[in-house]
Amino acid sequence: MTTRIVELRRGILKKNDELAAGLRGRYAAGGVLVLNLVSSPGTGKTAFLERTLKDLKAKGARVAALVGDLETDNDARRLASSGAPVRQINTHGICHLDAEMIGKHLDGWEDVALDQLDYLFIENVGNLVCPSSYDLGEKIRVVLLSVTEGEDKPLKYPTMFNSADAAVITKMDIAGPCDFDLALARKNINEIRPGIRIFETSAKTGTGMEEWLGYLAEARKGRG
Amino acid sequence: MHELSLITSVVETVTESLAAYPGAQVKAVRLRVGALAAVIPETLEFCYGIASEGTPLEGSKLAIDVLPVVVHCEPCGQDLEIEGIQSFRCPKCGEPCSDLRQGRELEIDSVEIEDADEEKR
Repeated sequence: MTTRIVELRRGILKKNDELAAGLRGRYAAGGVLVLNLVSSPGTGKTAFLERTLKDLKAKGARVAALVGDLETDNDARRLASSGAPVRQINTHGICHLDAEMIGKHLDGWEDVALDQLDYLFIENVGNLVCPSSYDLGEKIRVVLLSVTEGEDKPLKYPTMFNSADAAVITKMDIAGPCDFDLALARKNINEIRPGIRIFETSAKTGTGMEEWLGYLAEARKGRG
Repeated sequence: MHELSLITSVVETVTESLAAYPGAQVKAVRLRVGALAAVIPETLEFCYGIASEGTPLEGSKLAIDVLPVVVHCEPCGQDLEIEGIQSFRCPKCGEPCSDLRQGRELEIDSVEIEDADEEKR
């Protein structure tokens, strides 16, 4: 008997990465800017997205959203009130969305064709760990952090914050009562992801939304 | 906790690759995992025991090499290893570094096998 080493050198997530590359091609061909929204449960992803969809629609943009949750279609129903096409993805216990789930839900989506959209938002499952490993082919990964969560969240979840392209601080309207230290939160985000764009927002009052929408418009122009 | 789905994928990939080595017995599977990959090595090992059950990999060892984070510092013009994952700054000059060169790896490096057919030769 001889022992030998067989070199494989393969990415564990190769299958997902290949599917994500395929999605990226589809998004580019359709001319749609795709964003992946990630955060802890309760940060206010849905409220922020609801506001974003409404505000973009008011500006005449063509928008749609895929929304991931373990169970229930509550978020999809909430988001549908914006008038944008919304499709729920139930993962049934899986803690993240992957490229295969996105592909499947794009395929059977009757109201939506990618080349008829300006923006597609993917609201990931509320989880700051697992979704960081799964490329969904998105152009921009947005990490959200609310003022109720503590300024050290970026230090606790460095992988997610480091992999993000933009950071959104939510619920700024209650920053005062929460004793939220904005300067410290910004410093921590920058420590993990130097130079990242940070938006201070409130879906309730609309604070920071204009700046955010401006960023989206720029990103769309810069596409390709 | 996505370690189980990652390990299931490892077991599938390695099992497929064994087709080229009929009769071979797997002794160990080696992974390369970046310090910023958001997985826990102990959890991967635990899941490996479960996922490899009833496969050609059952009873084999899972070895995990954890790779430190390496950033590229523009002013220094160098790739440098940083300590920990709490601050992404150049260890030499202290400049913030967003250019990551290593630390996110999630790879199957190699498989250690014992060939059964060697004896016949």
